[in-house]
Amino acid sequence: MTVLVIAEHENGALAGATLHTITAAQQIGGDLDVLVAGSDCAAAAQAAAAVAGVSRVRVADDASLTGYMAENMADLIVSIAADYSHVLAPATTFGKNFMPRAAALLDVSQISEISAVISADTFERPIYAGNAMAKVQSSDSIKLITVRTTKFDAASAEGGSATVEDVAAAADTGKSRFVGVAASESDRVELTSASIVISGGRGMQSGDNFPMLERVADKLGAAVGASRAAVDAGFVPNDYQVGQTGKVIAPDLYIAVGISGAIQHLAGMKDSKTIVAINKDSEAPIFQVADYGLVADLFDAVPELENEL
Amino acid sequence: MKVLVGVKRVLDPQVKARVNADKTGIDLTNAKMTMNPFDENAVEEAIRLKEAGTVEEIVALSIGAAKSEETLRNALALGADRAILVQTDETLEPLAIAKIFKAIVDEEQPNLVMVGKQAIDDDCNQTGQMLSALLDWPQATFASKLEINGDTAKVTREVDAGLESIDVNMPAVVTVDLRLNEPRYASLPNVMKAKRKPLDKKALADLGLDTANRMTTLEVMEPPARDAGVLVETVSELVNKLKNEAKVI
Ligand SMILES: Cc1cc2nc3c(=O)[nH]c(=O)nc-3n(C[C@H](O)[C@H](O)[C@H](O)COP(=O)(O)OP(=O)(O)OC[C@H]3O[C@@H](n4cnc5c(N)ncnc54)[C@H](O)[C@@H]3O)c2cc1C
Repeated sequence: MTVLVIAEHENGALAGATLHTITAAQQIGGDLDVLVAGSDCAAAAQAAAAVAGVSRVRVADDASLTGYMAENMADLIVSIAADYSHVLAPATTFGKNFMPRAAALLDVSQISEISAVISADTFERPIYAGNAMAKVQSSDSIKLITVRTTKFDAASAEGGSATVEDVAAAADTGKSRFVGVAASESDRVELTSASIVISGGRGMQSGDNFPMLERVADKLGAAVGASRAAVDAGFVPNDYQVGQTGKVIAPDLYIAVGISGAIQHLAGMKDSKTIVAINKDSEAPIFQVADYGLVADLFDAVPELENEL
Repeated sequence: MKVLVGVKRVLDPQVKARVNADKTGIDLTNAKMTMNPFDENAVEEAIRLKEAGTVEEIVALSIGAAKSEETLRNALALGADRAILVQTDETLEPLAIAKIFKAIVDEEQPNLVMVGKQAIDDDCNQTGQMLSALLDWPQATFASKLEINGDTAKVTREVDAGLESIDVNMPAVVTVDLRLNEPRYASLPNVMKAKRKPLDKKALADLGLDTANRMTTLEVMEPPARDAGVLVETVSELVNKLKNEAKVI
């Protein structure tokens, strides 16, 4: 039995999500291959080869894989899938894009966002925004799986010495073209890998007030996140969104400021180790999941917090 | 141009899902049901394309129990021209749903299919991608902006890094995100008119497809509960607890 992990990587480095996905693959068992697909991805392939527990890295380095377009990614996965019992990718927007496409081409179901490995064919996954957990058993010959990365520890990025082999990219379908990504510029740690996150909601009133959170974040080495209401209102860009339809994170400390705690927001942060809520409404549902709640006006409490740190 | 939009009947997002007594699923007895929120954005986008003159006809498709007719009537009230219900009481996996969609696409020959990026019940996020694979069409997932320019479409996608821009050839499958638009409400006269719009019912068995599920749900469980926390009175008490009790800063 050999398990394949599709690596998410950017600018020569593996994404943290890849290391968490590798741990899920190791829990399934068997040999472990990693596919590094993209253009100019030799450095990422070397990084993958160094990850503890990886036996073989397969590299598809081709201009047609620029932007990881789903059509070309799925065809590539299908071309090598016969070698594997399981194919895993992180349940990030990277993996969610091409994995179901590959699954349909192989005529298998996809098991989305597993949160635990019970056995080689049985997995746990959240449904209904994490309000229930389903234990599902798959009868497909090849299991295509996306992994909820917060539920698995990161594999060690060092200590491995996998072989690195080239694999041919599939023919370019020409169906879609990557134009570009407008990424938000920030020197702060990335939301999904930060150990402390401070998020603002509609209570922040304006994007002009977010620097208040940023100053606290800088003192704590934290990332800044947001509720959907704050993103919809244009306070901050979409990549700040935490929740059912944004990012799912589980930092050591999550500070929710002016966020009511809707089901869909909790879905993205309730696995955080310690949760702090600052809200002026003592009835806000966020207090039901908070370890420490402060009923206060955020415009008083946040500057005070900055001073106390 | 003709658009096919998918609409799924789901538990209302404001209602907290509860596991049923025999732990086989969610208790939906007498629960408030609604159109999957992402599908509302898909319907809205189709209507806006029609209002802009890009689209001539909007066909709404739902796959599910007889009550999915309500969801389709809602889509008709919002502005869809026709509806198709593929009726089944089984809970089908996205692969099966995609196969049914493909059968309807083969019949209807739309130039564009739009579906929500995920359904808020199973949270699978698969159907659109699977359908485009089965059709051998391009896909554009998690769309927050869609511009159709004849044979191609320019799509802005919400990705973890920010906003990604891609071009796809038409016909294409687009899965939509919540910020694509703000869905309208149906007016009362339109709700009345929707009752007379055509709604074609098909039995799943008549489509002759292999829609067997590949997964068995062994058990559905409540998620682990969090222990109740405490209220602090002041910011300095908070900082003190974070430093000395939780030891996270
Ligand atoms: C399908 C679907 C998917 C969704 N996905 C997501 C998602 O991924 N992420 C997400 O976050 N939401 C999501 N939502 C939206 C979610 O339901 C809520 O609407 C949203 O989370 C509310 O954001 P909020 O808490 O910032 O705003 P509100 O609910 O308006 O809460 C604002 C809070 O700020 C407090 N406040 C106001 N002023 C102050 C002040 N001066 N000092 C202190 N406190 C103050 C108020 O008491 C209130 O509790 C989704 C909804 C749907 C239907």
